[in-house]
Amino acid sequence: MKKSLKERLAILSDAAKYDASCASSGTVKRDSSASGGLGSTEGSGICHAYAPDGRCISLLKILLTNFCIYDCAYCINRSSSNVERARFTPQEVIWLTLEFYRRNYIEGLFLSSGIIRSSDHTMEEMVLIARELRTTHNFRGYIHLKTIPEASASLIEEAGLYADRLSINIELPTDNGIAKFAPEKRPDGIRQSMGNLRLKIEEMAEPTLQSKRRKKFAPAGQSTQMIVGADGANDATILGTSARLYGSYGLKRVYYSAFSPIPDSSRNLPLIKPPLMREHRLYQADWLYRFYGFEIGEITATRPGGMLDLDLDPKLAWALGHREQFPVDVNRADKERLLRVPGFGTKTVKGILSARRFRRLRLDDLKRLGVSLKKVQPFIACDGWTPHRLVDRSDLAAMFQSKPEQLSLL
Amino acid sequence: MMYRYSLRGRGDLTEWRDAARAYLMAGIVPDVIEWRTMDDADGLFGFDDNNLPPPHEAHPPLSVPPAFIRLAGAVICHSDPTRFALLYRLLFRLMHGRHLLQMASDTDVVAAQRMAKAVGRDYHKMTAFVRFKELPLSAGTAGRRRFFSWFEPDHFILARVAPFFQRRFTDMDWLIATPKGSASWDGETLRTCDEPAAKPDLKDETEDLWRTYYASIFNPARLKVKMMTKEMPKKYWKNLPEAALIPDLIANAEASVIEMGKKAASEPLPFHHRIQEAAARAPVPSAPAAGTLPALKQEARHCTRCDIHCLATQTVFGDGPADARVMFVGEQPGDQEDLAGKPFVGPAGKLFNDTLAEVGIDRRSLYITNAVKHFKYVPRGKRRIHQKPNMGEIRQCRWWLMQELELVKPELVVAMGATALFALTDMRQKLEDVRGEPMAMADGRILFVTVHPSYLLRIPDEAQRMRELGRFREDMRSIQHLVRTNATYHSGPSNVA
Repeated sequence: MKKSLKERLAILSDAAKYDASCASSGTVKRDSSASGGLGSTEGSGICHAYAPDGRCISLLKILLTNFCIYDCAYCINRSSSNVERARFTPQEVIWLTLEFYRRNYIEGLFLSSGIIRSSDHTMEEMVLIARELRTTHNFRGYIHLKTIPEASASLIEEAGLYADRLSINIELPTDNGIAKFAPEKRPDGIRQSMGNLRLKIEEMAEPTLQSKRRKKFAPAGQSTQMIVGADGANDATILGTSARLYGSYGLKRVYYSAFSPIPDSSRNLPLIKPPLMREHRLYQADWLYRFYGFEIGEITATRPGGMLDLDLDPKLAWALGHREQFPVDVNRADKERLLRVPGFGTKTVKGILSARRFRRLRLDDLKRLGVSLKKVQPFIACDGWTPHRLVDRSDLAAMFQSKPEQLSLL
Repeated sequence: MMYRYSLRGRGDLTEWRDAARAYLMAGIVPDVIEWRTMDDADGLFGFDDNNLPPPHEAHPPLSVPPAFIRLAGAVICHSDPTRFALLYRLLFRLMHGRHLLQMASDTDVVAAQRMAKAVGRDYHKMTAFVRFKELPLSAGTAGRRRFFSWFEPDHFILARVAPFFQRRFTDMDWLIATPKGSASWDGETLRTCDEPAAKPDLKDETEDLWRTYYASIFNPARLKVKMMTKEMPKKYWKNLPEAALIPDLIANAEASVIEMGKKAASEPLPFHHRIQEAAARAPVPSAPAAGTLPALKQEARHCTRCDIHCLATQTVFGDGPADARVMFVGEQPGDQEDLAGKPFVGPAGKLFNDTLAEVGIDRRSLYITNAVKHFKYVPRGKRRIHQKPNMGEIRQCRWWLMQELELVKPELVVAMGATALFALTDMRQKLEDVRGEPMAMADGRILFVTVHPSYLLRIPDEAQRMRELGRFREDMRSIQHLVRTNATYHSGPSNVA
């Protein structure tokens, strides 16, 4: 018997939830006031709801179908899994997107799919949905398409004309991991697709001879996702892969997804609680690399086994390992040094640099800038404050450790 | 003397600005003005009590930094009754120091920034948490679809945020009612009013689908309730159709994960076996004939002879006709070559092409390759910094280069740069000592040495670069000459120069 729309929505959103990204940011600003249609994007994304897993719900994140000819061990939709299968018609996806959007539940659509028949066939249906939304329904909201790596170049090119963001999942941090857990996927093919996407984005961004206006092609760029904790790769390897991906393909984001037990799981995989803290630390390290001027090597070099400290955030761990570089003088140090103080974010540093042009800063000033004094005091000096030997104390790390917690059984 | 001023205080900046301008022109200090809103006036004071100093005709026009106007526009929407006094204090102080707002740790600046931030957050949460319900048109009527929403903002942001909904929901009629007023759009006019509205009782069937989605997208294995309530505080829950599900989702999370664990790994369905069999039957794409260039290229795709392959996107193999008379050898692929999978397509490749075109050599007649076939680099933020391949890597990759030489059998081999020279000859000479002189290679081929085009791109001095470009062009002409005087190939290189 054919499943109702509601039943299929349940199956196909359940199947999509292991994709971490729900971002609707980073695209061009546009709205419907001139076109009289529906939808807008205003630069920063909007999270319309949060689920109890702490993740934002910004987009209608669904699969076109969860039938898949691939058998990737970590994936809920792999062909050998006994999960219930379903599929939407393109018209149903369009209807859901528009009706949810009109009620302000979502910013747009994040469409992904299991591979049915062939890569091109699957990609064609996804492109059709994006094209219909944009042209027939005059939809100006956000569209994120998960690109099928083996799909033909012309389909990817068309996808980029309608979608804000395209993404291809790298899945696992090493080629060996992919070979083991996703035997049908080709890591070099994934890298080549990302490379082609970057070339296409750059080519389209070039002003043409005829007009200065640049063509719009995936204006929110491309992103990818790596599963953490399914294979044996350590944090240093994972972050090294991220750095390579950022540098090579101009990715907007690399998402880390703690491997989460899936229904009907393969025997090859750990059936444990997802390593959420590890995932969190990886995101922190990722931020340090992208916004705080840290090299990946600096963050992981001194860590045993190449694993980040789960008890301390990587910036604090780095500071405790480099005490000779502290205290940092808030009134004199340059931006690069200020950014290395645990407890100073990029906004705080901006505030300090602006404020100290007019007066010398004291602890009170920092407090008003929203800094947690307890956290920064050992690492800084300012008017009326020097930490003396605080930064050399052997129990300094312990001062930042969180209280012991009762472990749950699972 | 004390001044007293009552405002409607509904987030409209002009109301405050007119009064503030009058006080400021008269030089009234902040301490002696009492700002009130109509709400806290309790009928004791009205607009009638507003006293402004006499107008000051001769006063030059006041100017404030645009940043202040932006800040004040947000602060005025805050529900804190002290906002008017705070803004006037800032305005007054700005007259004595225009950099006030850059003093990020100043008490007044911090207070105003906090209010602006709270208003910004309230605005953002309203764009996120407004939920429209459809009001069906009466049967038989056609027209624009109509939607209604009830929302409870903390601050007076309705007029500020209404244009957002207009820009977004242009093709439908909508009305947002709040306890602080309402806003509506009918396709032509955006209307806002201050009159407090009451919450109606409405149903919308699509909410059921939305709740299904909300419950299904939740991953019970990663419970992070604090994170959720931080971003979606409970005060909003009463107007969110999905929020009623939250307590049950949390309560059942652990049980559903344990349940999932028990169900591990059952026998796959026939569907899976059929696919596996089909995959096994699928014909293997025919490999190119062994001992040809395409076969060699195919083989090189999976080269792991040295460690660079882990970094690169792909092997960038040589490119050109298998019977080319001239083979150019560069150093290694760069950023663009690595992405495109073809040699010499980046900035150095462009210069190379331009030079060939100027001299009149057809690139399509050449076989172009590199000493090392993978891109070696270190990632630095959003870029990749080129790294010179080391001797070990060059030696490992020489295996491919020698195969290419064997198959293409060029009459003339051009080494561009020291890496290519080393790869071809094992010579570690200064390039200048051997440049431009055709030399005999062991197997009777001619070797010609010149610089790598990327060297030309790195010369900072314009005049020197032009000089070097000229020399490079001359080298290309020599190469062309060498090829044309075909006899040289047979009579040996010593006669050439």
